[in-house]
Amino acid sequence: MYEILKKQRLNPTVTLMEINAPLVAKKAEPGQFIILRVNADGERIPLTIADYDREEGSITIIYQIVGATTQQLDSLNEGECLHDFVGPLGKATETEGLKKVAVVGGGVGCAIAYPVAKKLFEQGCEVHSIVGFRTKDLVILEHEFEKASSRLVRMSDDGSWGEKGLVTNALKTLVDGGEKYDRVITIGPLIMMKFVCQLTREYSIPTVASMNPIMIDGTGMCGGCRLTVGGETKFACVDGPEFDGHLIDFDSAMKRSSMYRDFERKAHEHVCNLLKMEDK
Amino acid sequence: MPNMSLKKNEMPTQAPEVRNSNFLEVALGYTEEQAIDEAKRCLNCKHKPCTAGCPVKIHISDFIAQVAEGNFEEAYRIISQSSSLPAVCGRVCPQETQCEKMCVRGVKGEPVGIGRLERFVADYHNSHCTTSVVKPESNGHKVAIIGSGPSGLACAGDLAKKGYDVTVFEALHLAGGVLVYGIPEFRLPKTIVQKEIDTLKELGVEIDTNVVIGKTISIDELMEEYGYDAVFIGSGAGLPRFMNIPGESLNGVYSANEFLTRVNLMKAYKPDSTTPIQHGKKVVVVGGGNVAMDAARCAKRLGADVTIVYRLAMEELPARKEEVEHAMEEGIEFKLLTNPVSIEGNADGWVDGITCQVMELCEPDASGRRSPKAVQGSEFTIDADCVIMAIGTSPNPLIKSTTKGLETQRWGGIVADDETGKTSREGVYAGGDAVTGAATVILAMGAGKNAAAAIDRYISEKYAEN
Repeated sequence: MYEILKKQRLNPTVTLMEINAPLVAKKAEPGQFIILRVNADGERIPLTIADYDREEGSITIIYQIVGATTQQLDSLNEGECLHDFVGPLGKATETEGLKKVAVVGGGVGCAIAYPVAKKLFEQGCEVHSIVGFRTKDLVILEHEFEKASSRLVRMSDDGSWGEKGLVTNALKTLVDGGEKYDRVITIGPLIMMKFVCQLTREYSIPTVASMNPIMIDGTGMCGGCRLTVGGETKFACVDGPEFDGHLIDFDSAMKRSSMYRDFERKAHEHVCNLLKMEDK
Repeated sequence: MPNMSLKKNEMPTQAPEVRNSNFLEVALGYTEEQAIDEAKRCLNCKHKPCTAGCPVKIHISDFIAQVAEGNFEEAYRIISQSSSLPAVCGRVCPQETQCEKMCVRGVKGEPVGIGRLERFVADYHNSHCTTSVVKPESNGHKVAIIGSGPSGLACAGDLAKKGYDVTVFEALHLAGGVLVYGIPEFRLPKTIVQKEIDTLKELGVEIDTNVVIGKTISIDELMEEYGYDAVFIGSGAGLPRFMNIPGESLNGVYSANEFLTRVNLMKAYKPDSTTPIQHGKKVVVVGGGNVAMDAARCAKRLGADVTIVYRLAMEELPARKEEVEHAMEEGIEFKLLTNPVSIEGNADGWVDGITCQVMELCEPDASGRRSPKAVQGSEFTIDADCVIMAIGTSPNPLIKSTTKGLETQRWGGIVADDETGKTSREGVYAGGDAVTGAATVILAMGAGKNAAAAIDRYISEKYAEN
């Protein structure tokens, strides 16, 4: 069974879990994802791998409580088990040959950006991490990024942490200041990645964006995760989840990501009510 | 004296206007009396054309003779010599193009209802049999099966009966492949699939769900590190095709695979399900195969007005006649000789229609085939808030791309010997849709059984040499 070895709250809505999954840990690479089910009737949700420990046989996931399933996941504690856990799925981040990279993460996307930064840094690459959060209380993995970056730029929307402003402002400042990157790797909200890619297109910096669309099986079977990349239909689960950021149709991806918003909101409220009843 | 009625005993079914709003099984099955009466229509003719028409060569007239005598368990024993999944095949096999097509009674009148009798016998056995399966003694050799669909289950069953230690690896959280994610509950109740899988487990077959071969473990690792003597690939044809027309990425456009997986595997048809699905009011299904019928009938049951759009005429519909009839009875509209050119959306990115062209059939070519041609200026738009693309699937490339030396066709199918399933890699066999492209449950099952026999020969010979 997929036991929860560790549970740690990173901020009020973001939690880290280490899951016992030796087969997945053996193969996992930064950029790949897993799919889990909390219980026997649960939905399948994809989460990108935040870290792995091959010796311990564990996978770290970091999730934000956004809907019914992440709420149920969050109700489990250390020692309890997930019903299903499958992976590693998707392609790993290509890191070979990169000498200087800007890793741009936003919000809970930083959980996915971190292992990429770490792997690059361990390879001897110069890593500039630009991480942004709405406000100080939502910051995660600051210490980890410090250890995995040659340079760390902190940004917040309200100026309560690091500099006030967007990650795109910080990236622009660095590039205008003469920093030359082989590649920009960006992971975060779709809207943020869209603007990062717009900026790097102007500067002709090759850019990779990590997509996390709605999916079921994660093996190419349902096609629900399809995206338009360079005018072609691609499946994030098998062709991605990372794509050339200058070719992704972000507007269509944003619309697709909202497909079940109403359903999710109702399901979330339902679970919240159930949990409240249990608490009484 | 045989029963000389020209017509089959009718299959009791739920009334169309009742069943089109529930997910319970449509066909209810023969009673013992009906089964015996139908069995007596068999002439037990000498040359047994029915068996020749069966992909797994069930001794059809022999089992029917036992049904006529009321020896239902003996009939089951005869079927199970050749078929691993009689309760499944009795329901989903296209008998009208196989055994029943060859039946002598079909020359004048209707053929014997072989499929219905097979189903009756299997259901009778499943509800009456109390003896449990005996696990055979292990012969010490390990075989890995990739995929728990019809070909994998059939292969696993035959090898387990011979004493092999069989592990079935399944990528999803539940075993059964297309039998659980694709074919809907009202055509194939999932308890029946589960029963078949439980029987395999009693035979000692281990089923490892949540393992994606090619990702979690590679075929090379299975053979080198995990000590499997042979591998059977039955990974199916699960990759959905799209038409590549404008609007396919709009919200409300599904592949049939996604729609059916949400409904069947993820149980979105149940009111308390955690799986979201769009309950469209006006659903258009594109395609004319069994999968298109399944998707259309599911959408109908979820409360939609459903239209099937297909580019050829009624005679060319690839779906089983029975499925088409059932769909029509349930109130599904068919727009034939109609081909989509684009899907229309509103400002929020949701589907609001599908624009199609009228097609006409050209004069027959040398081969007698009438190819369709678009009628210029015939475009019209059908209102729709949900579009389901059911235009076929391709084999999944995950295994191909992670297994060195495994030859595949240009379209992705694994190259495998027709008789044995042997691939270009020693000890690796393949069968079912992964080899043929999308086909039927019974052909996949037959391929799994043939491969099991070949794997048994391969391993026996390999160890005899040493």
